[in-house]
Amino acid sequence: MKALFNYIKEVLGGFYTLLQGLGVTGKYLFTPWNYVTQSYPENREKLQMFERFRGEVIMPHNENNEHKCTGCGLCELACPNGSIEIISKSILTEDGKKKRIIDKHIYHLGMCTLCNLCVRACPSDAIIMGQKYEHAVYNRSNLTKVLNKPGSKIMEGIKE
Amino acid sequence: MAFSIYDFTDLAQSIHNGLSSSLTPVWTTVIEWAIIGILYILFVALFGLFLVYAERKVCAAIQQRIGPNRVGPYGFIQTIADFIKLLMKEIINPKGVDHFLYNLAPYIVIATVFIIISMFPFAPGLQSFDFDIGVFFVTAVSSVGVIGILLAGWSSNNKYSLIGGIRSGAQIISYELSVGLSLITMIILSGTMQISGIVNGQADGWFLFKGHIPAFIAFVIFIIAGTAETNRGPFDLPEGESELTGGFHTEYSGIKFAFFFLAEYMNLFIVAAMVTIVFLGGWQPLHFGTGNGFNAAMDLLPPIIWFFLKVCTIILLIMWFKWTFPRLRVDQILTLEWKYLLPINLFNIILMSVVVLMGWHW
Amino acid sequence: MAEYREIIFNSDKIQTDDYFVNIGPQHPSTHGALRIVAKLEGEIVQSIDPVIGYIHSGIEKMCESLSYPQLIHLTDRMDYLSAHMNNEAVCLCIENALQVEVPERVKYIRTIMDELTRIASHQLWWCATGMDMGAMTTFFYGLRDREPILDIFEETCGARMTFNYNVPGGLMFDIHPNFQKRVKDFIRYFRKKLPEYDTLLSGNVIFKERTKGLGVLSKEEAIAWGVTGPSGRASGYSCDVRKLHPYSAYPYVKFEEKLATDGDTFWRYQLRIEEMWESMKIIEQLIDNIPEGDFAVKMKGVIKLPEGEFYQRVESARGEFGVFIVSDGKKNPYRLKFRSPGFSNLFVLNELVKGVKIADLVAIMATLDLVIPDIDR
Repeated sequence: MKALFNYIKEVLGGFYTLLQGLGVTGKYLFTPWNYVTQSYPENREKLQMFERFRGEVIMPHNENNEHKCTGCGLCELACPNGSIEIISKSILTEDGKKKRIIDKHIYHLGMCTLCNLCVRACPSDAIIMGQKYEHAVYNRSNLTKVLNKPGSKIMEGIKE
Repeated sequence: MAFSIYDFTDLAQSIHNGLSSSLTPVWTTVIEWAIIGILYILFVALFGLFLVYAERKVCAAIQQRIGPNRVGPYGFIQTIADFIKLLMKEIINPKGVDHFLYNLAPYIVIATVFIIISMFPFAPGLQSFDFDIGVFFVTAVSSVGVIGILLAGWSSNNKYSLIGGIRSGAQIISYELSVGLSLITMIILSGTMQISGIVNGQADGWFLFKGHIPAFIAFVIFIIAGTAETNRGPFDLPEGESELTGGFHTEYSGIKFAFFFLAEYMNLFIVAAMVTIVFLGGWQPLHFGTGNGFNAAMDLLPPIIWFFLKVCTIILLIMWFKWTFPRLRVDQILTLEWKYLLPINLFNIILMSVVVLMGWHW
Repeated sequence: MAEYREIIFNSDKIQTDDYFVNIGPQHPSTHGALRIVAKLEGEIVQSIDPVIGYIHSGIEKMCESLSYPQLIHLTDRMDYLSAHMNNEAVCLCIENALQVEVPERVKYIRTIMDELTRIASHQLWWCATGMDMGAMTTFFYGLRDREPILDIFEETCGARMTFNYNVPGGLMFDIHPNFQKRVKDFIRYFRKKLPEYDTLLSGNVIFKERTKGLGVLSKEEAIAWGVTGPSGRASGYSCDVRKLHPYSAYPYVKFEEKLATDGDTFWRYQLRIEEMWESMKIIEQLIDNIPEGDFAVKMKGVIKLPEGEFYQRVESARGEFGVFIVSDGKKNPYRLKFRSPGFSNLFVLNELVKGVKIADLVAIMATLDLVIPDIDR
């Protein structure tokens, strides 16, 4: 008799735990408007990344097309996987001295691990992490970017 | 042409009369068959697609997602788009398959579905076959479907498929017992195996309420066993995607996969419809006793809507199970059947016999 | 039955062959490119043979050519679910070698981040375990609750998984001003949601039946195979590095090392759930008491470790994670070895699965909490 009682208890107890589980899912099933999904392409306009979000390395330019990069190459040294190449050139300054300035700051997004070490290494805060998060391109060569805009100059007052 | 949403008998009769007045009896029969066949194919395709959509929406709601929402309003055309994609996909025949059986399996599965659906009364006068052993016929035919699954598992030349097929065989053959016994319980109450007879017997109250305790036990067991028979819910071992990566239909693609897929959802419909017919009064509106105001109010809703309302409720319940419970193991599934459901069921038959003999039912 | 088997398997006329099933490298339940060759008899697993190396990326070798600050970001990619612990282990090792004392603030923040990472990792493990058992819904509930943590990470260090938040001598940034508020919000939210996990999965009769008494790992075996983390503690092996060799702010907090004696799948599961509660307790003790101060000490431009061998262990979400650095005094390590918990935890699998069903193999594998890049490195 005790075995039978235990048997019934087992069956009913099992059913009770199943009903509890159904209660958890049922709570959400009957409130389908409480979803947590974001409709991604629609909310593209509103979607705001956090300020420290590491999307890509960018070089901010001011309105006069000037940047802060001196071409010192510290970011190139800090980069663990060679995603940054600095190509510098020599120019003659007004007082007749030779000076090396940046020609091209080449950035391979396809190789970048977004580790932020280059930004940390930069002494003049010339490069920062950008907020862009949509990096898909049709051609791999589009992932290689030149960060300094054509014709841009170094800002006044940035010391070598 | 007499047409009433409440009773389709006149419509069927007038179509028959119209055809037979202008054609020979042979042609009348052929054309009637053709009409019925096209209607069933349309029904299976459309309702199957609706069920796929419904399942995706239900599981999305449970998982706090939106579900399909891109194609058409609320993603309603999504499953049709998916179906078209499946139709256009290449049918892959893997190396080393048993071609005859491999190609035969999906047709067995889908043909079974059509045969069973032909037994169901959707509304008064909307039933193709009405045997005096209707319930027996349904259980007999539904076990043919497992042959298709077994063949699919065997002929695919894939170890996962084989394990899935064997599991499915063990599972469905075991759960046939519970399905059969819980149906027998209700047949004791109804006194007939004829499906129309069962439905008509519930005009003054559904069997679930008429047979109270034993009917309720049979109801629960039937839903559990029915879910197991459709390879769904916590009993989806033959597919077991986390273990067998898709089970018996791993190697199928294109329209053949669509057949399995559609058959799975139509089996869901079949179980829900059987529950509706045997326990919830088929197309009968919710009635208590005879000739009172409540019954008259319930009669306002057409029977076909009642039928699908009940079917959809049961389907929702089964979907709710599927998206809540973890999957059982293969030996547990057999333990559940042989050590729990079967003894309870046998006891329940005795209980129901006593109830019927003593006249304790309503 | 025995006679029947003898006739079938020992008959000269019937040739039988072992039935091998490849689980992986592409399989839904291996959570990555792990291949398990299972020898079956029907549904029953006879033995298994894990084949690893499908995503071997040579991180240890790569580290030899990188300077110390650079190689930290590679450890994110090993056990990506406990990325912060890996980062911290390397940083602690370098700091110990240089005998740099980091500020208290750094220790507190590192510990909070550790525990948040642990919760996030266990949440993802819970999702995956549920899914391996066939309960798909758990996957979405776990990810839903993981999202606030990832938001905290993203706001604090700019990345959701591969943080690279630690640098030798401290942290890369200070915490975000919203950090404390967000963490407290999360703890409040998760204290409400965690009981839901119990109702949905742990309390479920099907789940209990499937996991209790399955894949029992004895304490001796756990020690012999080096199974650490919650998997080892479920067998009664007290191996919590946070207790045994406290680092960062762990000496300052009160928490329990959860131990069980059964060592079966259910307890391996249960201990991880309990660890989430403990982690929340640790965070609550620290979050309001983060001391003021610098978030990093000033290090030299080029970090060179003194000649010698250095070892540092931390408790990652999966067990003991060790970093062994052999330095020859240059700016990059001569040799670097990681002791990854997943590697030891995987190879005990063969002991656990003898005579279980395929479905159980998947369940046992799920509760060992394998992360494949952690194994392959």
